[in-house]
Amino acid sequence: MTQAQSRLGLYLLMTPLMLWLLLLIIVPHIGMFLVSISVKTGVRQYVTGLGNYMVFFTEPLYWNTFARTAFMSIAATFLTLVVGFPVAYYIAKLTRGRTKTTLFLMCLIPFWVSELVRTFGWMILLRETGIFSSFLQYIGVLSGPVEFLYNDAAIMIGLVYTSMLFMVVPLVTTLDSLDDSYIEAAYDLGGNGISILREIIIPHAMPGIVSGCIVVFMLSLGNYLTPILLGGKDSLWFTGLIYSQFITRFNWELGSAFGFLLLGLSSAIVWAGLKLSRQSLTDTVGR
Amino acid sequence: MNKILSSGIALLAAGVLSASAAQAETLRLLTWGGYAPENVVALFEAETGHTVEVTKSNNEEMVAKLRATNGGGFDLAQPSQDRIAGAQAEFDIYKPIDLSKIDASQFIPSMLEATKGNTMIGSDVYGVPHVWGTSGLVVNTAKAGQVKDYLDLCDASVAGKVSYRLKRPTLIGFAFSMGLDPFAAYNDEAAYKDILSQVEAKLIECKSNVKTYWGGGDEIKNLLRSGEVVAAMAWDTGGWSLNADDADITFVAPTAGALGWIDTFAMPKRGRADEAAYAWINFVMQPEIAAMITTAAGNFTASQGGDAGVDEALKARYQASFPQAAIDNIKWYPTVPANLETLEGAVLDRVNAAK
Repeated sequence: MTQAQSRLGLYLLMTPLMLWLLLLIIVPHIGMFLVSISVKTGVRQYVTGLGNYMVFFTEPLYWNTFARTAFMSIAATFLTLVVGFPVAYYIAKLTRGRTKTTLFLMCLIPFWVSELVRTFGWMILLRETGIFSSFLQYIGVLSGPVEFLYNDAAIMIGLVYTSMLFMVVPLVTTLDSLDDSYIEAAYDLGGNGISILREIIIPHAMPGIVSGCIVVFMLSLGNYLTPILLGGKDSLWFTGLIYSQFITRFNWELGSAFGFLLLGLSSAIVWAGLKLSRQSLTDTVGR
Repeated sequence: MNKILSSGIALLAAGVLSASAAQAETLRLLTWGGYAPENVVALFEAETGHTVEVTKSNNEEMVAKLRATNGGGFDLAQPSQDRIAGAQAEFDIYKPIDLSKIDASQFIPSMLEATKGNTMIGSDVYGVPHVWGTSGLVVNTAKAGQVKDYLDLCDASVAGKVSYRLKRPTLIGFAFSMGLDPFAAYNDEAAYKDILSQVEAKLIECKSNVKTYWGGGDEIKNLLRSGEVVAAMAWDTGGWSLNADDADITFVAPTAGALGWIDTFAMPKRGRADEAAYAWINFVMQPEIAAMITTAAGNFTASQGGDAGVDEALKARYQASFPQAAIDNIKWYPTVPANLETLEGAVLDRVNAAK
């Protein structure tokens, strides 16, 4: 009786999750998959086949766009790690009590406004008649207005800024759990700053680094607003291609195929990253 | 027993009341910015009792939205006349318009007939005209007065200070400017592909001149107002509204011809509030209401006599941009055949990817 009851309780607790997964993830994906394998042959005429997937591999444009998106996302992830690690270390190890909470909150504050507003903020700063350009002219570094917007560097700034928080939070959590006495002991045994970072801190923080990297990579790869708005005519982001297939070209079949390719290829990259860093998904995300 | 009876009567009465309330429908309107200004909506609601929900969109999004719901979710849409027959053939998202419910005397006859012809499938008419305008060049005449045609945007003198959209009007405009006639090749796929490949080469060559490809009307106005862009391919109404703030910037009808469009009323297939939709069409086509919409949107309407009540300043700008020869030279979009946009899409993707 009690066993039956507890099983019923388990099912009831699982129901919302299962409904969520089934109705919002699995069913739409099945529908999208069916769309992606129907190839258009004429007005309202379709046949089943893999033609849409072949387009991706035969037209170098789409393949190149994906490679560019993946490469830029990896670079953005690495930059976010480089910028985020010292911030997380400072918050976790060098501050206490109220200062710690305040600093943590300050990382959160930019996320109180929407991503669109933050991106427009960067556009105001970087545009030709914007604040950076005007300021640099005012102090005499530049002689005329310079366009900082609409290039890859602008996309990179936007991506790193957008995903900063998602790197800092897991890093702070893992670094918090590192006992300070280990670091003291290492100093006592003759270690210096660099060797302690390499031998003690980074190995301990590895699960946090990897889970932060996975989240930031996926967010960058799937980002739409930032690359399109800051990249301008050179943006060329894979999600932008998917959007234009769906909305401006009415080509849902190709758009769905691209969606599945993005899902598959990004999962492959994450898997490769886990293998390279010798971490498992349970160690990192499952903590 | 008595109690049951009286509560039954009360229920019945409530039913009758709500039935009469259901006469007033909610009109879900899928339209462009400026086509349903708040003052017009308020007047309509006060006069008819219907309520209006406005969703602002553009041609491609309208088709995408209606396709996603199989023609539901909206009661009246306003796509351009050339984009109806193709979308209807492909996705079956509209229902024919019952012309007996529309007061034809309120329309400019030539425009009504042309739109009926362009949106006809078999003997069914799918669109009636509402607002018309053109796209051409918006130029800062003080800084780039030499820009007179689409191809002038590729000139070295305006390098880095040019913007246009990466959409089909750009392909069409450039083709005309290169001395080609894309409209004549609409139904000849080989000839059209040939034109597209020439335009593609030109647009790739021109890419270094472009500051950015603009997406929304506010974006291009912002770029022109700040002086970062001095010449752009854009709608006439954008040029005129900028002209009100800065006399140097205005709309120029290109020598190859401005591209003329007519936005229409079309009924989504699964729309529910047909009565309200017809009431809205007849309401906004009244000359004085049409003038209010012209003031809000900046474009003239197909309403007979609707230009009489329009602000004199806007009329003056219109006349300065369009001498009679330029009006005669407007290239009106013919109906787009169903599979053409796939070809154009591939070209636009390649231009976007080119360095």
